[in-house]
Amino acid sequence: MNAYWYCLHGIVLREWLRFVMQRSRFLSALVRPLLWLLVFAAGFRAALGIAIIAPYDTYITYETYIVPGLACMILLFNGMQGSLSMVYDREMGSMRVLLTSPLPRTFLLAAKLLATALISLLQVYAFLAIAWVYGVQPPAWGLLAALPALLLVALLLSALGLLLSNGIRQLENFAGVMNFVIFPLFFLSSALYPLWKMREASEWLYWLCALNPFSHAVELVRYALYLRLNPSALLVCLGFTLLFALLAVLTFNPQHAALRKAG
Amino acid sequence: MSALAVQGLSFAYGPRQALDGLAFELTAGHFGALLGPNGAGKSTLIALLTRLYDLQQGDIQVFGHSLRREPRQALRQLGVVFQQSTLDLDLSVQQNLAYHAALHGLSSRDARARIDQELERQALSERRHDKVRTLNGGHRRRVEIARALLHQPRLLLLDEASAGLDPSSRQALNRHVRHLCRDQGLSVLWTTHLLDEIEPADDLLILNHSRLVAQGQARDFGDDLAASFARLTAPCA
Repeated sequence: MNAYWYCLHGIVLREWLRFVMQRSRFLSALVRPLLWLLVFAAGFRAALGIAIIAPYDTYITYETYIVPGLACMILLFNGMQGSLSMVYDREMGSMRVLLTSPLPRTFLLAAKLLATALISLLQVYAFLAIAWVYGVQPPAWGLLAALPALLLVALLLSALGLLLSNGIRQLENFAGVMNFVIFPLFFLSSALYPLWKMREASEWLYWLCALNPFSHAVELVRYALYLRLNPSALLVCLGFTLLFALLAVLTFNPQHAALRKAG
Repeated sequence: MSALAVQGLSFAYGPRQALDGLAFELTAGHFGALLGPNGAGKSTLIALLTRLYDLQQGDIQVFGHSLRREPRQALRQLGVVFQQSTLDLDLSVQQNLAYHAALHGLSSRDARARIDQELERQALSERRHDKVRTLNGGHRRRVEIARALLHQPRLLLLDEASAGLDPSSRQALNRHVRHLCRDQGLSVLWTTHLLDEIEPADDLLILNHSRLVAQGQARDFGDDLAASFARLTAPCA
């Protein structure tokens, strides 16, 4: 059992060291949501009034509304970036080092997912700290209550990223997938607008948003930040995390890439 | 005892056969050289030996442990240096080695002791805190050998490990691995397409067009190994 622990520790430590080495990655992960919060939300504040909706007890500013969505946006980008690093590792051969470990491949992949998720959480909390200073202040205990929700969402999106990377032949193809995955997931969700607003605009857009697992991820985090549990969002997130992780492990096979290249 | 036993090994990339009915054994403590032109199937064999690819047909045993039935025990016996460098350039030598030790389930204390020992053996102790990016090609290869030996494997696989090195680094690396084989009793499988890396006492395997076309001691191939190799790997051979 100790061998598993040492291995997990080693994989998380490596992700941490790579993260520390790549400070620009940390900054860009923060700049993106901060632009949305400080520029986009400020501009939209006057145009977009938010009625009292759960889990909020009162009227809120637009900035307050979009902070959970932006926290999830960090996790979304990091999940996809994590899978980009899997494609990179596969191309550069460092994935080979991971796979020559005598420990089971499923464990190695799960450890890699967890390591990516933990690093993402650091960035989310850095963002929440800046948002706090800016004036978006959920209950202090909410920041703690949101931790398991954020971890689950990070795992969900990392598993999705890994699943996508399994289908990608080489690094260049990944950019296209990013555009076809990140943007639809983010914009067709409750991250930027409440779903009732979407319903006013279009019934089918509303249903697309309501069926999007990322909407449930955002709502899970939003409720947790305000010390409430959203059971349906929790179930959807748990279900999709298990589904994506299972599919990712089942479809993970480095020789598939070689076979596709040969074919 | 056999360090490595390959039986009826075949592998295909879709319609293209990469290995066809390979069978050979490498005696424990010997230096085995796997020779073959580019595209002969050497890298595919290494990918199968290291479980990167799943076996399609046949079996591989490492010190009696079947890669198909006991992959964990087999992989524990195996150290690998891949053709392409797999070191993380932004991490230090020590950090790279510690990562590998963790992947093999070594505790931090054991890992530190093994890293000290291997770096000393490779004469790299003073470079332990240097980023890999700052090392030259020869030193990077030595770090990879140190890394491959951290978990004390009994069989070391080197897939064209000398590729990309200048002639003197290439010779130094070859000499170094031979020392490890002679002094530590390590079994070695060294794949290459360069004939000057072979010595008369080596167990030689020649691979061509996905088949093993010859095997035996290198001295058995006569004084002119180059001519024998050319004959065995000629397009119509």
